[in-house]
Amino acid sequence: MELYSERKYLIGALIIITSVVFLGKLFSLQIMDPSYKLSASSNVVRRVTEYPSRGLIYDRNMELLVSNKPSYDLMVTPVQLSEFDTIELCEILDISREYLENNLKRASEFSRFRSSVFLKQLSAESYAVLQEKLYKYPGFYVQPRTLRNYHKNIAAHVLGYVGEADRPFIRNNEGYAMGDYIGVTGIERTYENVLKGEKGFRNFLVNVHGQIMGSYQEGRYDTPAFVGSDIVTTIDASLQEYGEMLMENKRGSIVAIEPATGEILSLVSSPSYDPSLLVGRPRSSNYRKLAVDTLNPLFNRALMAHYPPGSIFKIINGLVALEENIVSASDQLYCPGSYTVGTLTIRCRFHKSPVNLPEAIQYSCNTYFSDLFRKILDHPKYGSVTNGYNVWRDHITSFGLGDKLNSDFPNELRGNVPESAYYDRFYGENRWRSLQVVSLGLGQAELTVTPLQMANMTAAIANRGYYYTPRIVKEIKNGTSLPGEFSTKNYTSIDSTWFEYVIDGMEAVVNGPEGGTGRLAEMQSVIICGKTGTVQNPHGENHSVFVAFAPKDDPQIAISVYVENAGYGATWAAPIASLMIEKYLTGNVTRKWLEDHILNADFITNED
Amino acid sequence: MRTNLLKNIDWLTVIIYLLLVFAGWLNIYSTVYDESHQTILNTGERYGKQIIWIGAALILAVTVMLIDTKFFYVFSYLFYSTTILLLISVLFFGTEVSSSKSWFQFGGIQIQPAEFAKLTTALVLARYLNSFPGRINDTRNLFRIGGMIFLPVSLILMQPDVGSSAVFLSFSLALYREGLSPVVIGAGILLVALFILALLLNELNMILIILVLSAFIYLILSRRFRYLFMGLSIMGGFWGIIKATDAIFTLGLKTEHIFLLAAGASVLPYMILVLIHRLKFVVPVLFILFGSLLFTYSADYIFDNVLQPHHQKRINVILGIENDPLGDGYNINQSKIAIGSGGLWGKGFMQGTQTKFDFVPEQSTDFIFCTIGEEWGFAGTFIVILAFVLLLLRLIFISERQRSVFCRIFGYCTVSVLFFHFAINIGMALGLVPVVGIPLPFISYGGSSLWSFTLMLFVLLRMDAGRMALMK
Repeated sequence: MELYSERKYLIGALIIITSVVFLGKLFSLQIMDPSYKLSASSNVVRRVTEYPSRGLIYDRNMELLVSNKPSYDLMVTPVQLSEFDTIELCEILDISREYLENNLKRASEFSRFRSSVFLKQLSAESYAVLQEKLYKYPGFYVQPRTLRNYHKNIAAHVLGYVGEADRPFIRNNEGYAMGDYIGVTGIERTYENVLKGEKGFRNFLVNVHGQIMGSYQEGRYDTPAFVGSDIVTTIDASLQEYGEMLMENKRGSIVAIEPATGEILSLVSSPSYDPSLLVGRPRSSNYRKLAVDTLNPLFNRALMAHYPPGSIFKIINGLVALEENIVSASDQLYCPGSYTVGTLTIRCRFHKSPVNLPEAIQYSCNTYFSDLFRKILDHPKYGSVTNGYNVWRDHITSFGLGDKLNSDFPNELRGNVPESAYYDRFYGENRWRSLQVVSLGLGQAELTVTPLQMANMTAAIANRGYYYTPRIVKEIKNGTSLPGEFSTKNYTSIDSTWFEYVIDGMEAVVNGPEGGTGRLAEMQSVIICGKTGTVQNPHGENHSVFVAFAPKDDPQIAISVYVENAGYGATWAAPIASLMIEKYLTGNVTRKWLEDHILNADFITNED
Repeated sequence: MRTNLLKNIDWLTVIIYLLLVFAGWLNIYSTVYDESHQTILNTGERYGKQIIWIGAALILAVTVMLIDTKFFYVFSYLFYSTTILLLISVLFFGTEVSSSKSWFQFGGIQIQPAEFAKLTTALVLARYLNSFPGRINDTRNLFRIGGMIFLPVSLILMQPDVGSSAVFLSFSLALYREGLSPVVIGAGILLVALFILALLLNELNMILIILVLSAFIYLILSRRFRYLFMGLSIMGGFWGIIKATDAIFTLGLKTEHIFLLAAGASVLPYMILVLIHRLKFVVPVLFILFGSLLFTYSADYIFDNVLQPHHQKRINVILGIENDPLGDGYNINQSKIAIGSGGLWGKGFMQGTQTKFDFVPEQSTDFIFCTIGEEWGFAGTFIVILAFVLLLLRLIFISERQRSVFCRIFGYCTVSVLFFHFAINIGMALGLVPVVGIPLPFISYGGSSLWSFTLMLFVLLRMDAGRMALMK
């Protein structure tokens, strides 16, 4: 029974040894270590967050677009407050006594022991005066922050803005605390992890008067802050600026892409706003004003507007027909000035007749493309209209339409290329005919695309059959490589040989000797290939649309221009695209008359 | 009989218990105190709730004292099965708190079955070993005891709650007292050491260490250098052959894999050598060798696949693999700042600044020792540690004077669990052991842990008070 009873001593010894180790450690921590000098309650450690400045944002030519400027928040720790001259403090800060009392009360309610913001973003003058007199106000201290500083009043929608992290965000994302700034939209949001940097913490020893006595424990527990990494965007600042200027007093969008890379050269959504409005103390009041503006300047049309593409869609319908061997490029069709089947009549403009495919593009012949679209759907080799429709839809979506492109923007929308099931629901399964959906052939009806998708589609045509996922960031300065999907070619389902026929048509749209629909876009030095669109809509004047790329044989730029309620595509969108191409390829614009024509146009105030 | 019982209660233990509970409540009050809620009996605040838990704990204590010891003996298996059922059902019906399902929620009350599993496991261990005194090292008994402990451990790991399941390891201390072979405990320590080394070192170094270790153990056991040399030569030969094959056919084998292949290939010729020369000890050493290798590989697997990221991080921080002052290392830093800032006499009751609000996390539960250190200084921490040492030594004394094996083992189980919590909780606050998050007995906030510790302690005191009766 008493066999192992000597082991009780070992167990007792283990307990005593453990306690001696603890007491030794406690003795060194609490008594020996001279740096733990926080005797009694007089001194406290103040943990101060060091906020890193966000990464800088450059344009593609390393022109600085966004940097940071210093700002100062006045913090308060209620438990450390003692009596102070409230009148003087109110004067320095230019606040009322009520405001001061309310803020103090709010801070106490938040926490008596933790510091919280008393007054955000002090003015430079207040800060200068306050700094001298801060010793009179124990419990208060100044927290340096940085705010965004915009060097050019452009690209608000691309850059996005920075705001304070809200509670749900903090709950769902590690490493954020109240008062932290985060990117809310645009690049600021997509590249938040790159731009934000890393917060640091410093522990200071503070006496009863709130004066800093020095670093706590020689900084043993401090962690440094790391500034955010810089980002080089794909935006060409001067092109962007020019585009925004051209779109003044118009609603709509311009998106320009470099076809060889998918880099977005400019992305204009009009009307826009001055990005510096959403910085600092006036941010929330300005935001409220922008949010209630009937022209909706916060809405990024380039990514989120669902527009019917209109006649520009004829290009891809032509490609689908060629790929599926429905027609050959030289097959001709007679256009009597309208497409008439039974009671349905689709009007066409007067032009040369009969036309083959390139000519049909040149003249934007409604008759030809109505007929062509029905030929695709009704072709006997598919067995049914539904099957024919599905084949057609697969080709269309291979151009990046009908779904998100997965660019590096946070909130692009998908557009809409209806699935056959949609018409099954609408008309009943197998009870719809090609005639009922014929307006899809002209880019109308349920079809919608975003300006970004239009530009991307044009880039795919310029590349003769593939596109790179469009992106806004060219390089991250900390060496992080961009996701691989940005460097892989997305092939369309159309063979590259077919593109030459439609591109010839697009060339003739702009440069055709016998008159194309986009002659206003013609440039002397460069061959621009384009396609106009004039989209009917029930809410007023037609939308003016133009897509183009140039030069024909070595495309440097693919562009989509969409001007809401402006009229013919040829009159407004085409010259805007042409001016943008000229600006980008040559660096300046020589056709001043054309520029004035655009700048003087106002489609917003006219309306009212 | 009643007066007899009162007389036989070990009042010293009861006094220390009451002191610790009171000290705990004072510190919970201090950490949670807020000017805007000034009543002590505010049941919305933790100090208010803790008063209710304490009251209930005292009622439990008195109730336990009124129950006969036999009751615990007879129903030990029933209690154990009940807690096992609770542990299973908490996995299905439990409330999820910070991604682990450990709690039953009944209205405003939360019950953590893992806390009570300690008590009931201690009871069945005591009951089982009571039937086989001195035969603890029989393989069959070892497996059964292991099973009794492993069952709740694995269920708690599924919650997952690594801290609470680790507590069950402490029963090995009680088993040691009952004669568990130091070899078993040594093997356990070796496994833990290998586990840590496996995380610290790369594969190749691990294999080399295990090889050298095996050779060393063999030398100590057999003292026959010649055969060790022969064995290593055989392995060396295979190593050369495999290395050459690798070079010729460019198989691209990694060095550690060549070592493993060589070790594996040399087993057969070596066994022949063993048969010829009738060598002893070779088989166990080979067993250790390959067992360790297998364990090393499974350690990495367990670490990557079983432990949760925050546990991995904590272990990494303690082992110095990862330096992360804002994450879990940050907790330890802040805890040390708070304790260190207390100085000799502390800042005084409710004057702590570091243990308020977000400076030290979990101040009223797992890190309550920080509040003691900050507000009561070295004087306070000294007294608390002294109280625990006194209590534990007193409980050893009480256990030793039991007349029945059942009571003695239960006593040692109580000592083991209390000691484990004490050592890990304070060690964690001082940055000496990983942050596993288990409460400081009697002091930390929380009903379940207070009740289960109280029950364990008073069941033991009840056994102690009745030990004379048992003799009659």
